[in-house]
Amino acid sequence: MTDLALDKPVPPNAAEPNRTAPAARRGTVRPSPTALGVGLLLAVAFGLLPLVGSEYLFDAILTPFLALALAGLGLNILTGYAGQVSLGSAAFMAVGAYAAFNLSLRLPGLPFVVDILLAGLVAAAVGLVFGLPSLRLRGFYLAVSTLAAQFFVQWVFNKVGWFSNNSPSGIVTVPPLSVAGLALDGSVGRYLFALSVVSVVTLVVWRLVDSPTGRALAALRDHETAARVIGLPVLRLKLLAFAVSSFIIGVAGVLWAFAYLRTVEPAGFNLDRSFQILFIVIIGGLASLRGAFLGAALIVVFPLALARLGETLLGGLFDSGVLEMSQRIVLGLLIIAFLIAEPAGLSALLDRLWRRVAGRLAALCSALCSRFASNRSA
Amino acid sequence: MDWSFFTEVLVGGLLSGVMYSLVAIGFVLIYKTSGVLNFAQGALLLFAALTFVSLTERGLPFWAGIALTLAAMTAIGALIERTVLRPLVNQPPITLFMATLGVSYVIEGAAQLLWGTQVHGLDLGIDDLPLEIGGVLISTFDLFAAAVAGAMVAGLTLFFRYTRIGLGFRAVADDPLAALAVGLSLDRIWTAVWTASGVVALVAGLLWGARLGVQFSLSLVVLKALPVLVLGGFDSIAGAIVGGLIVGAVEKLAEVYAGPLVGGGIEGWIAYVAALGFLLIRPAGLFGAKPVERV
Amino acid sequence: MSRPLTLALSAKAALVGALLAGASFLPTAAHADEQYFPLQSYRVGPYAAGGTGFFGGFIDYLNLINTRDGGVNGVKLTWDECETQYEVERGVECYKRQKSKTGVAAWNPLSVGIAYAMIDDIARDKVPLITVNHGRTDSTDGRVFKHVFPLLLNPYSESSGIVNYIAAREGGLDKLKGKKIAVLYHGSPYGKETIPIYQLLAEKYGFTAEQIEVPHPGNEQQSQWLSIRRSKPDYVVLRGWGVMNPVALKTAQKVGFPADRIIGNVWSNSEEDVIPAGDAAKGYTAITTQASGADYPVLQEIVKTVYGAGKGNLDDKKRVGSVYHNLGIVNGILNVEAVRIAQEKFGKRTLTGDEVRWGFEHLRLDPKRVEALGAKGLFHSINVTVANHEGEGRVTFQQWDGAKWKVVSDWIAPDWALLRPIIEKSSLAYAAQHGITVRDSAAEDATN
Repeated sequence: MTDLALDKPVPPNAAEPNRTAPAARRGTVRPSPTALGVGLLLAVAFGLLPLVGSEYLFDAILTPFLALALAGLGLNILTGYAGQVSLGSAAFMAVGAYAAFNLSLRLPGLPFVVDILLAGLVAAAVGLVFGLPSLRLRGFYLAVSTLAAQFFVQWVFNKVGWFSNNSPSGIVTVPPLSVAGLALDGSVGRYLFALSVVSVVTLVVWRLVDSPTGRALAALRDHETAARVIGLPVLRLKLLAFAVSSFIIGVAGVLWAFAYLRTVEPAGFNLDRSFQILFIVIIGGLASLRGAFLGAALIVVFPLALARLGETLLGGLFDSGVLEMSQRIVLGLLIIAFLIAEPAGLSALLDRLWRRVAGRLAALCSALCSRFASNRSA
Repeated sequence: MDWSFFTEVLVGGLLSGVMYSLVAIGFVLIYKTSGVLNFAQGALLLFAALTFVSLTERGLPFWAGIALTLAAMTAIGALIERTVLRPLVNQPPITLFMATLGVSYVIEGAAQLLWGTQVHGLDLGIDDLPLEIGGVLISTFDLFAAAVAGAMVAGLTLFFRYTRIGLGFRAVADDPLAALAVGLSLDRIWTAVWTASGVVALVAGLLWGARLGVQFSLSLVVLKALPVLVLGGFDSIAGAIVGGLIVGAVEKLAEVYAGPLVGGGIEGWIAYVAALGFLLIRPAGLFGAKPVERV
Repeated sequence: MSRPLTLALSAKAALVGALLAGASFLPTAAHADEQYFPLQSYRVGPYAAGGTGFFGGFIDYLNLINTRDGGVNGVKLTWDECETQYEVERGVECYKRQKSKTGVAAWNPLSVGIAYAMIDDIARDKVPLITVNHGRTDSTDGRVFKHVFPLLLNPYSESSGIVNYIAAREGGLDKLKGKKIAVLYHGSPYGKETIPIYQLLAEKYGFTAEQIEVPHPGNEQQSQWLSIRRSKPDYVVLRGWGVMNPVALKTAQKVGFPADRIIGNVWSNSEEDVIPAGDAAKGYTAITTQASGADYPVLQEIVKTVYGAGKGNLDDKKRVGSVYHNLGIVNGILNVEAVRIAQEKFGKRTLTGDEVRWGFEHLRLDPKRVEALGAKGLFHSINVTVANHEGEGRVTFQQWDGAKWKVVSDWIAPDWALLRPIIEKSSLAYAAQHGITVRDSAAEDATN
């Protein structure tokens, strides 16, 4: 109980003032191990998995993981890097998904890659509009205000039949995915497509957070007044953060609709989805690119693993309702436990583990080396 | 314009607004002292209503049911405070918010595991027959609910004005550092506040449960309380009440008069947009003595 | 944990143990044929009440067939559950996981969203997808949606059935002229789906349709009902879902609108929809494809054979014969009979999904056959063809008397001919968009 200023809650991240600016990350300063790791990961993801993976792996785990990770990445720009909280992420996913659907339906001549870019831009435009309150509001006031986006967007897609091509039930089936004449409607094809999009966007974001703009966003997050004092265009930066973040979340929405579910309905982008994305960012680690991926992996895989485990161990004893309720409890407890144990997220946890392992290795090595050396001298 | 209809809608809206305030007050109590937006308030409400209904359905008399549920709610409130929020002190608000989301999973799961997923009716013995006063229709149940809400607010006010704990609460809300400096125990006050919010959840849970039936969707009423909080301020009980009245009235009037122009069903978001519009003009909110930049 | 729960759990555990012990002593019937039903059930979340009832009824019936008849012509029925919480992604995950088991007969997700997400896959995997009483309306056209079966009722025929019932109460279709009907619908794709149909019916029969949206989840309806009170319609059709239904009934009472002039649709017709409304629900009437109650022979057998042996799926035995439980049982009958019909053509063995699909396409149960199945009065009949995957289900209406539902009408036939052109327009558009060849139904019906 050291900080008593609880009445005036600290802005997100201010509690971790010594967080290194993204640019100062070890990864970018010493690129070789990170680059090696990422390269290896990509090689496995692009080269190995499509050969050995099952339909279940792609359609139930990897593709939703990629879409959610991308959404987490988008929200992380807003929340992690620029310090603005949003509870309306699912709305921007919906905008992206519906925009892509209508573009591919109404302008069939357009290549799908262009559709995605345009859908992202539409989401960015909507994000700009709903980002306007951020110019005057902060913290929870802003967070609750973004719920306006959440509910309004859902209402519009529900209300205006044009968006769903006047489908009687309001749920639309998206056209099969194909890029440059190449049909990607199988599980592997859709997975590879999602993987490519996510890789490209992540690369761009990585460059962005490392740029002067990225550093300006971090300054805005860490101390808005200071940022203003040193002459940063605070208002423009905030809107930029909303636009970029919404763009990426919109693209994630396209993946969700076209690569994963292949249907679009407003209910799929409800408040629960927004919370899910926020969970990904918080649990993964704010202001960390890896965080979004780690968080998404946890959110996608963990409930499935828990369900399987519960079923295998206790399936005979309890009906599925009891099991499912217990899982909800366990999931909630784990989230709490995790937030208490590692508030900085999985990304920080991984760092710590890595440091420990690296330290051990170094110690071991030096011990061996010195013994070797002493042996030699003997 | 049909004025008696207008009055009817307005009064109906104001009375619904009281119901929103009831939920919002639970948020305010917690936020004021610990700066947490307690999303689990909805789950607490569900738990309270479900526990009460299940107990009375098993043959417990009304007041015994209330007493037992009350005991359970205080225990849960204190437990959350001890096990979840205390270890998370000093974390950014968003982390605390996420933690309360985790809490709401646990409570929802536990409530349904204990009492089942069945849908229950909850009869508080108030016949909800239409009552016409001067040609304007008023719901008896809503009047009753408003009276209960009024009594509860009065009770809370007395509590905060005249009890030691209550005074401590106000001191902490005003200036935590000064409060600590004069030797107030924060722990005790936090526990008291969480207990109080458990009581509020019980009252709100019973009234909302009687309106909706006791079921999972009960926890969704928090969504009605959030725009109230934005409008009235997260830290003002008076704001929660006035905000609730405004939200209720705006929502109903907008649905009835503006809804048909755009196809209806705008109640879900109009309150948020209205609150937002209001804040853009007056960022300090309704009762904003606080600095302009709300954090 | 509460005492009753602990007791129930330990009883269940003991039972499972006993079953396992019993099973190990059974002579191993050398690789008996099995037909597998993957159940994407939902027993938690906002729609748990419907899910437990429906899947409980379905499982109870499959259990009855296994225990009483030793399966369908000796082919044992198996199933397992995968919880979806009514969420599309979970449903998809379940599909991908459960489909790997052998002998999948049919999918029954009881969720429009999940059904939509499966449509591509089931066409490729060639397994039937059953959406009893719901689903996409245009999938009634089996020429386009070869593997999708919105059995008994689709949203369009439901609307027509409701209007026909109101007409019957008023004394004939011509009496609808000049009447005013308000449709209170849930603010979701599901709720909106019938807007054009009520418009069409209103034009045809000369009544005014006032369609009012209730935003999700529907826990506040003051303004909608005040509008209704002002416009004074003759009937209100309730097209609700979940919590919206009891709140509608309570708010109706609040504004003084009589409950017996409120007609509920097929997702507003269960005990869970009326019980929370208490007395406000007395007199409320709702459409159904299957009557409620446990007096039908098939239910009696389930009570005796399945629940008697402690194998019943519902925790609360009072729910036997409730609306969702009976819907599950009727769904069980339809699935099992489709398998039986397909077995007559393909042999009494484990069938492929496509063979079961053939069975569904020839699922013809006339009232006599329904009676033989012990379901006379439970549901009327079904007549599925290649072109019509709905099967001309009849509907009836039940009134809530404060404690239970009572049937208050005959079996009413919706106006299928009126709706068919709209359905075909939509399904043909889908076929064009997705490059599906429309099947020649006459030829297929003739050859089989």
